[in-house]
Amino acid sequence: MNDNLVEIQNITFSRSERLIYDDISISIPKGKITAIMGPSGIGKTTMLRLIGGQLKPDKGDITFAGKSIPSMNRSTLYQTRKAMSMLFQSGALFTDMSVFDNVAFALREHTQLSESVIETLVLLKLEAVGLRGAAQLLPSELSGGMARRAALARAIALDPELIMYDEPFAGQDPISMGVLVKLIRALSEALSVTSIVVTHDVNEVLDIADYVYILANQKVIGHGTAQEIKQSESPLVQQFLLGQADGPVPFHYPAPSMQAQLLGEDK
Amino acid sequence: MTTRKTELMVGLFVILTIAAGLLLAFKVVNQGFSDSESTYTLYAKFDNIGGLQTRSAVKVGGVTVGRVESIYLDPEDFNPIVVISLSDKYNNFPDTSSASILTSGLLGEQYIGFQPGFAFDDFVVLADGDYIQDTKSALVLEDLIGQFLFSRDSE
Amino acid sequence: MNWIIDLGANTLFKVIGIGRAFLMLTGALIAFPQWKNVSLTIKQIYVVGVQSLLIIMVSGLFIGMVMALQGYTILVGYGAEGSLGPMVSLSLLRELGPVVTALLFAGRAGSALTAEIGLMKATEQLSSLEMMAVDPLRRIVAPRIWAGVIAMPMLALIFSAIGILGGHLVGVEWLGVDSGSYWSIMQATVEWDKDVVNGIIKSIVFAIVVTWIAIFKGYDAVPTSEGISLATTQTVVLSSLAVLGLDFVLTALMFGIN
Repeated sequence: MNDNLVEIQNITFSRSERLIYDDISISIPKGKITAIMGPSGIGKTTMLRLIGGQLKPDKGDITFAGKSIPSMNRSTLYQTRKAMSMLFQSGALFTDMSVFDNVAFALREHTQLSESVIETLVLLKLEAVGLRGAAQLLPSELSGGMARRAALARAIALDPELIMYDEPFAGQDPISMGVLVKLIRALSEALSVTSIVVTHDVNEVLDIADYVYILANQKVIGHGTAQEIKQSESPLVQQFLLGQADGPVPFHYPAPSMQAQLLGEDK
Repeated sequence: MTTRKTELMVGLFVILTIAAGLLLAFKVVNQGFSDSESTYTLYAKFDNIGGLQTRSAVKVGGVTVGRVESIYLDPEDFNPIVVISLSDKYNNFPDTSSASILTSGLLGEQYIGFQPGFAFDDFVVLADGDYIQDTKSALVLEDLIGQFLFSRDSE
Repeated sequence: MNWIIDLGANTLFKVIGIGRAFLMLTGALIAFPQWKNVSLTIKQIYVVGVQSLLIIMVSGLFIGMVMALQGYTILVGYGAEGSLGPMVSLSLLRELGPVVTALLFAGRAGSALTAEIGLMKATEQLSSLEMMAVDPLRRIVAPRIWAGVIAMPMLALIFSAIGILGGHLVGVEWLGVDSGSYWSIMQATVEWDKDVVNGIIKSIVFAIVVTWIAIFKGYDAVPTSEGISLATTQTVVLSSLAVLGLDFVLTALMFGIN
């Protein structure tokens, strides 16, 4: 056993004949924050779904705590998922229950705890994200940033070993962004959970990530600590970090040449 | 609390359904004779059954005591045989009883009118599987008119 | 050549869809025996049953009244207005009760089910359940199917009963058919197992089909606003057609062949 909680080994994955990953390997060290970055549309969310076992890779293997996820049967997979949790981009709170019930949901489903113990636990989790006062509100009454914090409280309800954040900073104002950055770091340090943050917000994530992978063109184009990445020589990595419009990652979606299309020569 | 209210409403829903079921059971549905009662079977051979059908009623003095179970043609003499199932409550009809095919009202359904015979001291009771000997066929309008014309001509 | 290829691809697509729908149904029905789900099912009975009650009762009343009115004008020509009772009650119990209830249910509760589940999918709530190690088939789908199967026959019974009362209102109170003959000729004709029970059986079959189509269409919807509106429309169209087609088959089996 090594120190990696999740190990992605040489996976290839394609969806409806479009190749998304071509033979990539990623290691997620235990107790650290690992960031997976890349331009949009590169299938970063897909990576999290692969780890969660909702999708299966075409080739290669993914292990969680030494056990292979794609080859698990349904009940073992569900058992394993109790040790991980995922913060969805939209929050994915259950719209028909209050914030309190959302956070209590997993506890009620998976434990035999009494209602008073659950209440204490839920209030502690909500306190951690600063939403104890909003316990009785419905998700529709929350702002975007608050909804994401509530979802985070739900994600940590069962004290998972692994938390996957799907674009946690997307569409947030600077204040809630700052709050989320602080929360992710605090959670990682206080509970020593392993975190995977999938994002394209370069600056925020370089502040908190211990290790960074950058994906583009179906491959890992660079990895290392935040410091190493910043100093990387690779033009791809630099294009991504500096936000240049055109470069190794092309501005244009692949298409026949303009001339050919306008003159109808492709027919 | 919302779940209490939900449960209350579902409870009322169930009560309403039961009320509807009771209305159907006691006000709408045939009370006289139900299939769940135990029955015994008799056979009756007619010349002509007219419009009699399976599940037509068998009545004694207007009281429904059974139903027509099935109807088929005797393969030897080509007369229709009607299989009747009668309620076990009425199991002591003498074998001199007669069955005739009658019509309720002018245009109504046809049914079997069952006429219990006189009970003598040594009478034999009709039992399961017996044939009713004395039968009167249905009146067919065309036959009636034919007979009428025939009898007038011969006068 | 191309249309043959299209036909093949289309057929494969449909067959795979039906297969997925069957997997979902079996998965959900096998998942039922869990006590926790009983309260979820009761909640869903409230949503699909109690909330459809008003439309069912009003429709039942009016359909019963209209049938009495129409039936009376025809029957009175033969001097047979006494047969109004059996006409109203048999049509309601055998046909209109189960069928109209199923059609209204498809429009009222089926479309709502599709939209609800489609939106749960679009907002990643279903995914989120899976990642929380809670099976959405068990938590979301099973209670809804069972609620539909329980609620629809109840609604159909209520529909028929109210329709018969509506027929009584118009036929007896307004048009002057004798109250005694309305009920007694009805009683002489209607039978429990043949008419009432067969109506309930029809209703249960329709309930399974309608809830199944509604939930599967939601579960299988493309998670965009367009996809969900398309799925909702398809639910109503498909389940209405399925109900009418199945009604013919069931009627043939129950009443057509002796």
